[in-house]
Amino acid sequence: MTPAAKAGYAQQGASPRIELDVQAIRAEFPILQRTVRGKPLVYLDNAATSQKPRFVLDAIARYYEDENANIHRGVHYLSERATADYENVRGRVQHFLGAAKPAEIIFVRGTTEAINLVAQTYGRTHVGPGDEVLITAMEHHSNIVPWQMLCAEKNAKLRVAPINDRGELLLDEFENLLGPRTKIAAFTHVSNALGSINPVKRMTEMAHRRKIPVLVDGAQAVPHMSVDVQAIDCDFYAFSGHKVYGPTGIGVLYGKAELLDAMPPYQGGGDMISSVTFEKTTYNKLPYKFEAGTPDIAGVIGLGAAIDYVTDVGMDAIEAYEHELLGYATEKLSAVPGVRLIGTAAQKAGVLSFVLNDIHPHDIGTILDQEGIAIRTGHHCSQPVMDRFDIPATARASLAIYNTREDIDALARGVERVREVLG
Amino acid sequence: MPELRDLYQEVILEHSKAPRNFKKLPNANHHAEGFNPLCGDRFTVYLDVEGDTVRDIAFQGSGCAISKASASMMTQSIKGKTLAEAERLFENFHKFVTTQDHHDADSAELGKLAVFSGVAEFPARVKCATLAWHTLQAAIEGKQDSVSTE
Repeated sequence: MTPAAKAGYAQQGASPRIELDVQAIRAEFPILQRTVRGKPLVYLDNAATSQKPRFVLDAIARYYEDENANIHRGVHYLSERATADYENVRGRVQHFLGAAKPAEIIFVRGTTEAINLVAQTYGRTHVGPGDEVLITAMEHHSNIVPWQMLCAEKNAKLRVAPINDRGELLLDEFENLLGPRTKIAAFTHVSNALGSINPVKRMTEMAHRRKIPVLVDGAQAVPHMSVDVQAIDCDFYAFSGHKVYGPTGIGVLYGKAELLDAMPPYQGGGDMISSVTFEKTTYNKLPYKFEAGTPDIAGVIGLGAAIDYVTDVGMDAIEAYEHELLGYATEKLSAVPGVRLIGTAAQKAGVLSFVLNDIHPHDIGTILDQEGIAIRTGHHCSQPVMDRFDIPATARASLAIYNTREDIDALARGVERVREVLG
Repeated sequence: MPELRDLYQEVILEHSKAPRNFKKLPNANHHAEGFNPLCGDRFTVYLDVEGDTVRDIAFQGSGCAISKASASMMTQSIKGKTLAEAERLFENFHKFVTTQDHHDADSAELGKLAVFSGVAEFPARVKCATLAWHTLQAAIEGKQDSVSTE
C-alpha cells in the first residue's frame, strides 16, 4: 500500500527487532521536501500537530473529487458511497483502538471536544454539589478546563493528583484521592508537556475498584504506541486525528456502549434523532445520538487513511523506532552545556521538554527557526505543569516517525547556536 | 531573510541580562500586571506619578530577552516624561515595531528605542516588544485587571 510499509523488516539476535525505513517514510510526506528559511525543514513540533503523508492527502482529495455527498440521508449513488466509506472508517477505528463494537466510536472535532462532550453529558448527569472530579497535575488545559467548568456549575470539587520532580504521577496519592465523592477520574495517557507515560491500566483498576469511571486523554499516546481500550478497560478514551498523521478537525471519542447509551445527547440537530415533532423528539441510537449535523466527512475519510497508514507501518515498529530516537535525543541534548530536561520519567514517549540556562524558550524558538528547525516554545497549554517546575515555559521538541538522528543533530547544533547568540 | 543580529542587537542582549529599574517601587501610586498567555511572559509595571509627570518607574517579572529588554529600556525613556508624552512614545514605538520601512525621523524620535527596529522582521515577536508598554498604559489608566496581549 505504501512504500514504507513494504520496507524491510530485520531480525537481530534472539529478540526480533522491527526496523522501519525512515527514508522511505520521509519520501511520503510532501512537506518534508521543502526548505524553511533556506534550510531543509527539521520538523520537531509533532506533539502540536504531525505532518500528513501523501496517502492521507490523496484520500481526502479523492473523496471530494469522486464521491462528495452528504451521508445517512440520500438515496442516490454518491450519498450511499460516502455513507459506506464514512461508516467503514468507524469500523477501522474500532479495530485500531480495540473497541468492542463500532457504535462505541463517536466522531468529534478532536480530543478537546471529546472531553467536553463527556463533561457536559456524563458529567452533568452524575456530578452534583460536594462531589469530586479527579485529574492529575500533568493534564493539558483541555483535560482541566472542561472539568473546572463542570465543577463550577455543580458546586463540585476538582481534585488534582500530584507528580514528582521527574514528572511521574504519584500513584499512591492518586489512589488516595479516589474517594467516596469521586464521580469520574480523567487523566492523560501521555503528557504533552513532559512526555511521561501514565500506567493507565493500573489507574483504571484503582478507580474501578471504587466504581469510579475513567476518561483517558489519548491525544499524545495514539500516535506513538498501540492502544487497546478493552485491555485498559477505560470507560472513555479520546484522541485527535491531526496528531496521528490525519487532518485537523476530526477526532474520536470512544465510550463503553452502556455508558454512552445512558448519557443524554451533547448537541441537538439533524442525524441525532429518530423522529421529531414539536411535542417530542426521539433520539437516534448510538453512535448517531452524539453526531448532530453534517459531520466532517472528508476528515473522517482522511482519518481512516491515516489509521491505515500507521497500521501499515506498524504501531510496534513506530514505538520501537521512536523510543530509540528519544533515547538518542535525550543523550544528545543533555550533552549541550546548560540544557536541563524537564520531564525525565522512566517511561516516556515522543517529547523532549527543556530549558537552557536562563535563556527564555521564546528566544530559543526564534533562533532555531532561523535554522529551519520547528519546535514549540511556551507553556504547551499546561500552565500548571510549568508552575509545578517553577518555570514560565519550556522549549519542546517532539518526535514522529519521519524524524531522524540527523534532525536531532541539527537540533543540538541549533541549541549550541542559541548559546552563541544569547550566551 | 531576516537576520538574527537585527533582532538580538547588543544593546538588547545587555538590557535583557542586566535590566534597569528592575525592582518594586515602594511609593508607586500606579501599577498594573501584563501577561502574554501564549508564551507565559508576565510583568508588573510600577509608576510614581506626580501631577501629570512620571517621577519614577520600575518593573518586575519574567519574560524573553526581547520583552525584558523592551521593559528595561521603556523605563529609562519614560522617567521624567509627562503622561501625554509617554502615551505618544508608545504610539510611535508600536508603529515602529510593526512597520518594516523605517524613516530616519521615526528613529530620531525614538532615540535608543530604535534598536528594536529588527522586531518588525519577526512578526511573532511584536507582542514581546510591546508587552511592557501595554502594561504601562494599563497602569496609567488605572486598570485593575491584568492586561493581556491576546
